[in-house]
Amino acid sequence: MEALDRGHAAPGVTPEWRERLERRGLAPLTGTSRRYWIWVAFLLAVIGWALYAYSRQLDEGLIVTGMRDRILWGVYIASFVFFIGISHAGTLLSAILRVTKARWQLSVTRMAEFITVVALLVGALFPLIDMGRPDRLLNMIVYGRWQSPLLWDIFAISTYLTGSTLYLYLPLIPDFALARDRLGPTAARWRRSLFTIAALGWTGTPEQRKALDRAISLMMIVIIPVAVSVHTVVSWIFGMTLRVSFNSTILGAYFVAGAIFSGIAAIVVLMAVLRKLLHLEEFITKTQFVNLGYLMAAFTLIMGYGNLSEYITHGYKMEGGFPFHFEQLMTGPFSILFWSYIVGGLVVPGLIILCPRTRRIAGITTAAVLVLVTMWIERYLIVVAGLRVPLMAYEPASYTPTWVEFSILAGAFALFALLITLFAKLFPVISVWEVADHRGPEPGSEPLAAPERPRRTALAEGSAT
Amino acid sequence: MAEPASDGSGRSADAAGATGRRRLGRRSLLAIFAATAAATIPIAGAVASASAPSAAAPAAKQVGRLRRWAMVIDLRRCDGCQSIGKPPQCTQACIEGHFAPQPMEWIEIYEAPIAGRATQFIPTPCQHCQNAPCVNVCPVGATFHTPEGTVLIDQQRCIGCRICMEACPYDRRFFNWGTAPQPPETLFMQYDAEHQSPAIKGTVMKCDLCPDMARAGRLPYCAAACPNKAIYYGDLEEDLATNGAEVVSLSRFLATHASYRLKEDLGTEPRVHYIPGHGEAVGRDPYRKGRLATEWPWQQRVQGAKTWKR
Repeated sequence: MEALDRGHAAPGVTPEWRERLERRGLAPLTGTSRRYWIWVAFLLAVIGWALYAYSRQLDEGLIVTGMRDRILWGVYIASFVFFIGISHAGTLLSAILRVTKARWQLSVTRMAEFITVVALLVGALFPLIDMGRPDRLLNMIVYGRWQSPLLWDIFAISTYLTGSTLYLYLPLIPDFALARDRLGPTAARWRRSLFTIAALGWTGTPEQRKALDRAISLMMIVIIPVAVSVHTVVSWIFGMTLRVSFNSTILGAYFVAGAIFSGIAAIVVLMAVLRKLLHLEEFITKTQFVNLGYLMAAFTLIMGYGNLSEYITHGYKMEGGFPFHFEQLMTGPFSILFWSYIVGGLVVPGLIILCPRTRRIAGITTAAVLVLVTMWIERYLIVVAGLRVPLMAYEPASYTPTWVEFSILAGAFALFALLITLFAKLFPVISVWEVADHRGPEPGSEPLAAPERPRRTALAEGSAT
Repeated sequence: MAEPASDGSGRSADAAGATGRRRLGRRSLLAIFAATAAATIPIAGAVASASAPSAAAPAAKQVGRLRRWAMVIDLRRCDGCQSIGKPPQCTQACIEGHFAPQPMEWIEIYEAPIAGRATQFIPTPCQHCQNAPCVNVCPVGATFHTPEGTVLIDQQRCIGCRICMEACPYDRRFFNWGTAPQPPETLFMQYDAEHQSPAIKGTVMKCDLCPDMARAGRLPYCAAACPNKAIYYGDLEEDLATNGAEVVSLSRFLATHASYRLKEDLGTEPRVHYIPGHGEAVGRDPYRKGRLATEWPWQQRVQGAKTWKR
C-alpha cells in the first residue's frame, strides 16, 4: 500500500476518503454472501433451461423455432444486434468521453468495460445459435470468403473483443496491485496469486505510470474506430441485401447511434444496480446519472432524427415495397411494437430526463430500462418487419417466436448477468486509482452512514496490519 | 444495360466469361476495402488469402466450348394448369424428380396482379443471376457459380446461416428447417450439387437448372412436364433453345418477343427470361383466378413424414 504513489492525487482527496474508496472498491473481492450464491444458482438454472432448449433445437433442427423460409431470421439475430449494440457502453465511457478529457465518468468506466466484454461474448453466441449446421462452424475459417458480410462481422467482432479486453485490463493493473497489497493476508491464496500475477509487478513508479498512460491513450484512440466499424458491419449483414427496408445508406450510422444509445442505457442500469448492492453511493452520485442521462436524451433525438430521415425520404416517395412496410409498422401487425419504441423508447425517456422533477437517479434509471427494452424491440422490428415485406406475389408471412427462442434469449440474459456477477467478484468494480488520481470526491456526496456488514470486517483488519 | 454474357451475340466464350468478368464496381470496390482491412488486421489478410473461393464446378467436360444455360418462360402459354384441372405440372414434376420436401417449390407459380384487376401466372425458378446476391454474401462459398453460369449449392459445405435467403430478391431459396422426409430410393443416390438428393437438415436448397439432365440430352423436369410447352431451355453459347416441341434461335426469340427479366432494375442479370403474357396463347381468361394447390405425392410413400409450412 505504501508503495502506491500518492503524489498524483486529485484535489480534495483526504486519506480518510481514499481509505473509504479503496475499501468500497475492494469489498466485493473479500467475501461472498449467501445471497450472491443464490443469485448465481438462479442464473445457472436459467442457463441450464436454455441449454435444454438448445439441445431440442440441435436435435430437431431450427424447425423448433418460429422462423421459416420467408421470415428467416428472428429473435436470435435481433438479439445479436442488441448485445453487440450495448457493448458500445464501454467504448463511449472510457474512450470517447476520455478523449474529451471528461473526468466525471471515471467511477463507472470499469463497469462499462465489463458490459463491453460480456456483451460481446454473449452477442457473438447468437449467430452460432442461429446456424443450421453449427457442426460446420469451422467452414467459416477453412472456406471463409472475405466477400461475405458475415466474415466482416467475425473480423470486426474478434478485433473489438481483443481490443476491449485489453482496454479492460490496462486500467486494472494498478487496481490489481492495490488488491495485492491490501488484501494480502486476508484473501484466498488463488486470489492472491491472481492479483500478483495480473498486477505485473506494478509499484506505481513514474516510469510505470508513464507507460500505462501511454498505453491507455493509444488504446483509447484505437478502440473508437474499431467500435464504429463493428456496428457498421453488423448493419451490413442487412445493408448489403436488396431488401426494401435494408437497402439504405443510413443503416450503418443508424446502427452505431442505436448501439451507443442502448449502451448508455445498459451502463445506467448496471451502475444503478451495483451502486445499491455494493454500497457505492458515495462515489457514484447523481452527477454520473444526470450526465449519462443528458447523453441518453441527446441520443433519443439522434435516433428520432435517424428514424425521421428514413421515414420521410421513403415515405414521401413511397416507392415499391415501402407502402407495405410503413403500413405494417405504423398501423399493421407491428404497430404496437413500433409505437412502443417511438413513444416508450424515444419520447418518454427524453421527457423524463429533460423534466427537472424526474431528472433524478430513479427517474433516469427508469428511462434507461425503457430504452433497453425498446431498443431490443427496435432490433426485432428491423429484422422481422424488414424480412416480412413480400418479395414476390405471395401472402405476407408471419413469425411468432417459440418457447425455444424465448428460453435461449432468457439464457443469454442470464449468462450476461452471470458473467457480470463473476467479474464483479474478481475485479474491483471501480477504477480506484483513476478516481483517486483524476476525479477525487464527488461534489456534495456524503460518506455512507450504514455500518459495515460483519463479513467485510476482515478487510479492515487486513488493512490495519 | 447491355450484358455481354446474355445477349447471345455469338461472342466466343472463355472460361471466365460466365463468372469472372472484371467490372468496375462492387468487386473492385470490395477489393480496395479488403486490402485496407488486410493491412490493419493482419489475421484478416492471412485468413482471406488462405481461403480463396473454390470453384467446385463439375461442368465443362468438353474442350473449347462451354455451355451457358438459360431458360425462357413464355407467359402467354402459362395458365397455371387451370385448363387441365391439375396443380401446376412444372412444380409437380420438379418435386417428384428432386424429392423436394414439402413446402419447397423450387419452381413456384406466383399469381401476380396485372392491369384491370386481372392476374397472370409467373412460373418462377431460381433466376440463376450472373451477379447473384446469394453467391456474393455466402460466407463459405457453399453457393457458387459454375462456369456454365448456373448457381448451385453445395449442401455438404453449407453452414445454414441463411444470409443467402436474406439476399435473394426472388424468394427462391428454401431451408431444411427440420429433418426432411426422403423416399427410400434416395438411400442409393450419390449426393450431387446438381441434383441435391438426399436433402440435408440445416442446409439451403433451390432450383439447380438441371444441367445434369441437359448433359444427358433431356429437358429439365419442369420444361418436359409443361402441358402447354411454355418453358424453353437452352444454351446462350449455341444460341438455341427448345421447349420439347420446337427449337428456336434463342437471341432472336428473346429479341422479337419483348422479353424481360424479373426485377431487371436490381442488376442481378438473371439467366431466366420471360415473354410477357397471361396465358392468352392457351385461351386463359385473365379474370379467371386461382390455381390448384401444389402437392408432394412422393411423401405418401414415406412413413410419418414431418414437414413444415413455408
